[in-house]
Amino acid sequence: MISKSINLTLKVWRQSRGEKKGHLETYYAKDISVDMSFLEMIDVVNEDLTKIHKEPIAFDHDCREGICGMCGAVVNGRAHGHEKETTLCQLHMRHFSDGATIVIEPWRSRAFPLIKDLVVDRSALDKIIQAGGFISVNAGGAPDANALPIPREVAETAFNAAACIGCGACVAACPNASAMLFVSAKISQLALLPQGRPEGAKRVQAMVRQMDECGFGNCSNETECEVECPKGISILNIARLNREFLKAEFS
Amino acid sequence: MKPDTKLDSKTPDGPLVDKWDRHRFNLKLVNPANKKKFEIIVVGTGLAGASAAATLAELGYHVKNFCIQDSPRRAHSIAAQGGINAAKNYANDGDSAWRLFYDTIKGGDFRAREANVYRLAQLSCNIIDHCVAQGIPFARDYGGFLDNRSFGGAQVSRTFYAKGQTGQQLLLGAYSALMRQVSTGMVKLFPRREMMDLVIVDGKARGIVVRNLITGEIETYDAHAVVLATGGYGNVFNLSTNAMASNVTASFRAYKRGAYFANPCFTQIHPTCIPVHGTFQSKLTLMSESLRNDGRVWVPKKPGDKRLPADIPESERDYYLENKYPSFGNLVPRDVASRNAKEQCDMGKGVGETGLAVYLDFADAIKRNGKSVIAGKYGNLFEMYEKISGDNPYKTPMMIYPAVHYTMGGLWVDYNLMSTIQGLFVLGEANFSDHGANRLGASALMQGLADGYFVIPYTIGGYLAQTSFSKVNVQDSMEFKQGIDDVQKRIEKLLSINGKRTVSEFHRELGLILWDYCGMSRNEEGLLKALSMVKKLRHEFWENVYVPGTGNDLNQSLENAGRVADFLEFGELMINDALARKESCGCHFNTAFQTEENEAKRDDENFCHVAAWEYTGDDQMPTFHKESLSFENVELSQRSYK
Repeated sequence: MISKSINLTLKVWRQSRGEKKGHLETYYAKDISVDMSFLEMIDVVNEDLTKIHKEPIAFDHDCREGICGMCGAVVNGRAHGHEKETTLCQLHMRHFSDGATIVIEPWRSRAFPLIKDLVVDRSALDKIIQAGGFISVNAGGAPDANALPIPREVAETAFNAAACIGCGACVAACPNASAMLFVSAKISQLALLPQGRPEGAKRVQAMVRQMDECGFGNCSNETECEVECPKGISILNIARLNREFLKAEFS
Repeated sequence: MKPDTKLDSKTPDGPLVDKWDRHRFNLKLVNPANKKKFEIIVVGTGLAGASAAATLAELGYHVKNFCIQDSPRRAHSIAAQGGINAAKNYANDGDSAWRLFYDTIKGGDFRAREANVYRLAQLSCNIIDHCVAQGIPFARDYGGFLDNRSFGGAQVSRTFYAKGQTGQQLLLGAYSALMRQVSTGMVKLFPRREMMDLVIVDGKARGIVVRNLITGEIETYDAHAVVLATGGYGNVFNLSTNAMASNVTASFRAYKRGAYFANPCFTQIHPTCIPVHGTFQSKLTLMSESLRNDGRVWVPKKPGDKRLPADIPESERDYYLENKYPSFGNLVPRDVASRNAKEQCDMGKGVGETGLAVYLDFADAIKRNGKSVIAGKYGNLFEMYEKISGDNPYKTPMMIYPAVHYTMGGLWVDYNLMSTIQGLFVLGEANFSDHGANRLGASALMQGLADGYFVIPYTIGGYLAQTSFSKVNVQDSMEFKQGIDDVQKRIEKLLSINGKRTVSEFHRELGLILWDYCGMSRNEEGLLKALSMVKKLRHEFWENVYVPGTGNDLNQSLENAGRVADFLEFGELMINDALARKESCGCHFNTAFQTEENEAKRDDENFCHVAAWEYTGDDQMPTFHKESLSFENVELSQRSYK
């Protein structure tokens, strides 16, 4: 780890709770070690703001290892920043150059109302899962785990879809603010596995309906979601979702 | 000492293998028609909390489920990498519930309750069945059957996994079961709420006080029983592998209301984490310990050697684990590997910029097996390491250092997972029950899910069926108003101190004290020193902390302030527990008690017990209670890895 520090100018979206319109505020981040993560850089700025009795920037974050899906902001116009398959907490400052200006904004979508600063309400994603993102099995009645062999490739494809962390970057990246990648990941996981087949048709209809009700836009194959997804969820899943949906509608 | 009536473990009679069956038969049942009359609060949505909330709702209870994050899916169980143990014996290599039980008891250095651990081993198989039925995409072999690997030095392959994301997949399984119950209306979900206090009415846990983290409003909720599944307290060390929001507040508030805290000094330090890089580091990242299967740990022989690793010739490298422990080498247990890394760094042989790291070198493995084989095994870990450190482990050795990872201590619970407060149940990492003084790899996920899916649904029924409840509601019961008052006063106090230091400065300082004196190795002198340092720091906190913002808003500094305030008090409890345990066992390594091989030396005559602490007032020494452990089915032995 070769240590080096950089200085940055930040333009950060600030919006109080209940305020209709926010604004970009300028901050200077000085002596930022390039080994820091993006969120640690914000921690430093917040610590400085606290010391001069100004209110720190509110932002969501938790695990800081790229798996909980809690963090996220649009950095220089890109969801989670410009590094491929990286969440904001795993984006490191060595990818920025000294003297750079960085614009930091919240996820923007009608379905994700802004709460404060960079914090948005993503409960719409939970609502979509509530509509059918599960297999209806109660604890206690399951057969032996090996009673149902599942081809390795099928299990792996299902796993790759199941890797979605529900961060909402796909929605933020999409010009239509569509949640199709998120929905398709769960649909695919459960459609590929035999355990999920019995409820397949009902599930896809219910989840798509809920997605529409939550105010997400439609998919127009922009593929921005796939580019920004920190877990590399493929848009092939959207194709599978469309197939599942059509099958369900016509059966 | 007079026998402790409150510390009755309620362990059922009879042979070990039949205890759980008999107990389930003896537990009173709640009539199906009556279940809907009961309300249960579950705090936390990790593996234990989400599985409990979902399962209780499946049974027909009304559940109120709270979590600190914006969605239940964010709970920190999600970050577990390695896997989940189950005694399925699919590998036909001699595994059994009995062997899993024995390994867990021995791994915990004989400081856990036999009956609880055996039940855990029995239930392990049900967990896997249920998780597969939920659609969790576990790794499979070419025949389509579930794949197992050996993990954490176990001699059998019993670990089920989903790449390096087992915790994520299991948590999302529990989360989807929970979402299903939310959609039926049986679970009411309260995200972005932090539990601030427990409400006790007539001696029974009947509700909680929470802070709405968006509006700042203090809210109260009532129920017939309260289930805490609020995780561990590793963040008392400031830097740990825990998530930023993980905290001890819910457990600590329950402790202050009368729940005993058991074995707080038992904290596990994981040997293979990415080292600290600077003051503003916010957390430590774990690298799966499977890396030690192929990586060789070394430091330069000469202290202060600042050459690049490639410039240090073989003859000037010290492969200290291989030299010291010829038969286990780099695969010694977590605590041994951690202590040795610290010892090398303390001698000035640490590497990297801070001198607080050792090398984990894959050069030999790459030479022996080829890069593609190593990439196949550890590819994602190598990528993760490079992402964080900027170094390429295929070319230069990784640098690793131990970090706080898991806390075996927690609120004391009986066999029913009920604490010393009637109607307060504690599950998962938040309780102390199954891992003794040291947890084995791939056992945390198993315990969280066993507690939530298969233990609490029965035992809480037993409690509800035989308890009479007075009418309680948040509007009229004085206890709830008092709870709101207490919480509000505390928040006002935090906001009014208006001092000079930030919350994180206090947290960092507390963490360093505990890491130095109550971490991997301890001694009486250091612990006493730490005790007075922590006390001083706590007093300074309440006079000199500065918390910006207001109470009626989303205020993350205020959230942290409350958590750090509790950590400061809790730190003292940890130190007191470490001082009282005048032996070494598992992760609790007191340098005064070691074998000739520098192994933890237990004192089974005087310390074969659970230490449970009762709160007696601020600035008062808590009262010590002891639950003696008896081992009827295993023989106590000394660990040796030489």
